[in-house]
Amino acid sequence: MLHIENLRAEVDGKEILKGLSLDVPAGEVHAIMGPNGAGKSTLSYVLTGRSGYDVTGGTATLDGEDLLALDPNERAAKGVFLSFQYPLEIPGVPALTFIRTAMNAQRKARGEAEITAPAFLKLAREHAAALKIDFEMLKRALNVGFSGGEKKRMEIFQMAMLAPRFLILDETDSGLDIDALKIVSEGVNAMRSPDRGMLVITHYQRLLDYIKPDKVHVLAGGRIAATGGPDLALELEREGYDKYARAA
Amino acid sequence: MAAVKQTIEHVEALEKYQHGFSTDIAQDFAPKGLNADIVRFISAKKNEPEWMLAWRLDAFERWLAMDEPEWAKVHFPRIDYQDSYYYAAPSEKKGPKSLDEVDPEILAVYEKLGISLKEQAVLAGVEGAPRYAVDAVFDSVSVVTTFKKELAQVGVIFCSMSEAIREHPELVKQYLGSVVPVSDNYYACLNAAVFSDGSFVYVPPGVRCPMELSTYFRINAENSGQFERTLIIADKGAYVSYLEGCTAPMRDENQLHAAVVELVLMDDAEIKYSTVQNWYPGDPVTGKGGIYNFVTKRADCRGDRSKVSWTQVETGSAITWKYPSCVLRGEGSVGEFYSIAITNGRQQADTGTKMIHLGANTRSRVISKGISAGKSSNTYRGLVSAHPKAKGARNFTQCDSLLIGKTCAAHTVPYIEARNGSCVFEHEATTTKLSEDQLFYAMQRGLSQEEAVQLLVNGFVKDVLQELPMEFAVEAQKLVAISLEGSVG
Repeated sequence: MLHIENLRAEVDGKEILKGLSLDVPAGEVHAIMGPNGAGKSTLSYVLTGRSGYDVTGGTATLDGEDLLALDPNERAAKGVFLSFQYPLEIPGVPALTFIRTAMNAQRKARGEAEITAPAFLKLAREHAAALKIDFEMLKRALNVGFSGGEKKRMEIFQMAMLAPRFLILDETDSGLDIDALKIVSEGVNAMRSPDRGMLVITHYQRLLDYIKPDKVHVLAGGRIAATGGPDLALELEREGYDKYARAA
Repeated sequence: MAAVKQTIEHVEALEKYQHGFSTDIAQDFAPKGLNADIVRFISAKKNEPEWMLAWRLDAFERWLAMDEPEWAKVHFPRIDYQDSYYYAAPSEKKGPKSLDEVDPEILAVYEKLGISLKEQAVLAGVEGAPRYAVDAVFDSVSVVTTFKKELAQVGVIFCSMSEAIREHPELVKQYLGSVVPVSDNYYACLNAAVFSDGSFVYVPPGVRCPMELSTYFRINAENSGQFERTLIIADKGAYVSYLEGCTAPMRDENQLHAAVVELVLMDDAEIKYSTVQNWYPGDPVTGKGGIYNFVTKRADCRGDRSKVSWTQVETGSAITWKYPSCVLRGEGSVGEFYSIAITNGRQQADTGTKMIHLGANTRSRVISKGISAGKSSNTYRGLVSAHPKAKGARNFTQCDSLLIGKTCAAHTVPYIEARNGSCVFEHEATTTKLSEDQLFYAMQRGLSQEEAVQLLVNGFVKDVLQELPMEFAVEAQKLVAISLEGSVG
């Protein structure tokens, strides 16, 4: 599925990713943990093609297809989805309109027919119910005036609606209280499937109690400093990132 | 919400300026240039009565003594008023009596623009769907007005201005120039001298006009100006919704469009006036060509509790100079102004409104959304004033500007004059740049950059789009999309 090799990237001329390599096979959930400034968010932006994040070396492919050569929307159409750490507000555009527009843009790019209004609404009702989102909220401008928790829930809702093949969750647990964290995690877990990969970026081990990773990677100094099983997250929780930060 | 979806659905079908074609149609021109004889020529062409000619000549005399206004934030070379045609009309023996007599070439033009002039076709549509009566103004003259008979049954007069001058002189004499006086300003005065046609509407007391009325303006001839004049009178308790649309071929020379619109409202009357303006904006790179849109629009709320609402979507024209205004004379009268002004390429717009509170407890509301892209300049200029008698006057103004790219400009110039202590005026203004973060967010979800811009812009202008009649909202949406194509990246 996702294959990253010796990836180097810089922001404003400063190298942030310094030869990062990573493999996430289909059906697996990998967690990326690391200290602040290690390049966790940079990795998510490089994979999704944000401008200002310049790749200076290495490769990133999804099922053998070069991601780095594609525009952000083309990557989205290939099934790459990023749940933002800080979701943006889109004034004047109702959440449902935003998602339907995005869904149809992706479908068009893949040569598929647009979703019909009844089918879209049915899907939206199902996913909203599962995530305990009031349907009325979906008629309001996306994220405008939403609380931090509501915004995160809305990210997962979009993810469920768009049903991407590869999910990147960037600090999805930040700003969530324990109840919201449970709902969001259930939403994410519901998406686990043998042909879907996930990269869960988090600062804290807490989220991994709910979304059990197959592997945990420590990102420090712009590359993967250590890889292990779920136990590695617990160890990091106890001992902190110090030894990796120093090693980097 | 549906409208926002529409944009994306329509976007791939769009081209840069779709209405840039011109049509070869046999036409009569007045000789080039402007003098008293040309004014007489126009008046004679239209078989006008003596009083009308006198009115025009008086206007022409006054115009000669006036200077062009220079206070607007727009720049253009001096206009040579002698280098233009002031009258261009499709050749025909007499005015057409029915659709069958209209030159099929002209009907084809309107067909191509998506305007149906065939009553039959409109009637055959879905039951309950909104119907539109259309007055089609082609260069200097009205070529046809539809649904006249049906409107006449309820007493509504809807016809070309030339016809009104001949058939309803008492109404025209009483109201023409009573809202925008002959010498109100340079362009309005020029219009009074040479106006060639336009629409006339009278809605009698207590009548709610049974359908939307609309005028579709088309400049086709080269080197010609268009000077139309519209007069709408809503008598006591009457209601009418009126729409106008405008397009022109792509030409390298600038063409002048100096229109005057006068609205008169008696007690409890209501007029909703919507404009979708899409004159050719000129070449986006060189700035060559395009329409100079110098227009005077004013509503006079003479009656108590009358209400006027201007909604405009301005996407075209090389230069726009336009301030649809409300004179709130009647007690408790209400004025509204909803505007979307989009400039791209080398376009310049200086547009806004005047809310003049004369009567007690008058209220007004201004929502202006300016969007600038390319190397364009977009200025909101607005006046809100309350006279000593306008006790308890209220105004709410919101001016939002959105900048796309680094080479455009937005300006907001509000004038506020309160001459009594009991009025409440509120003014809110914001200027934002289309944010890279928002664009990336939308693109990460699958939208192309162009689609992302349109979605965000449509969100920005939503408050105003909602004010447009349904059919126009869709057209306006498409226009927003076209005019901002290629504005990012």
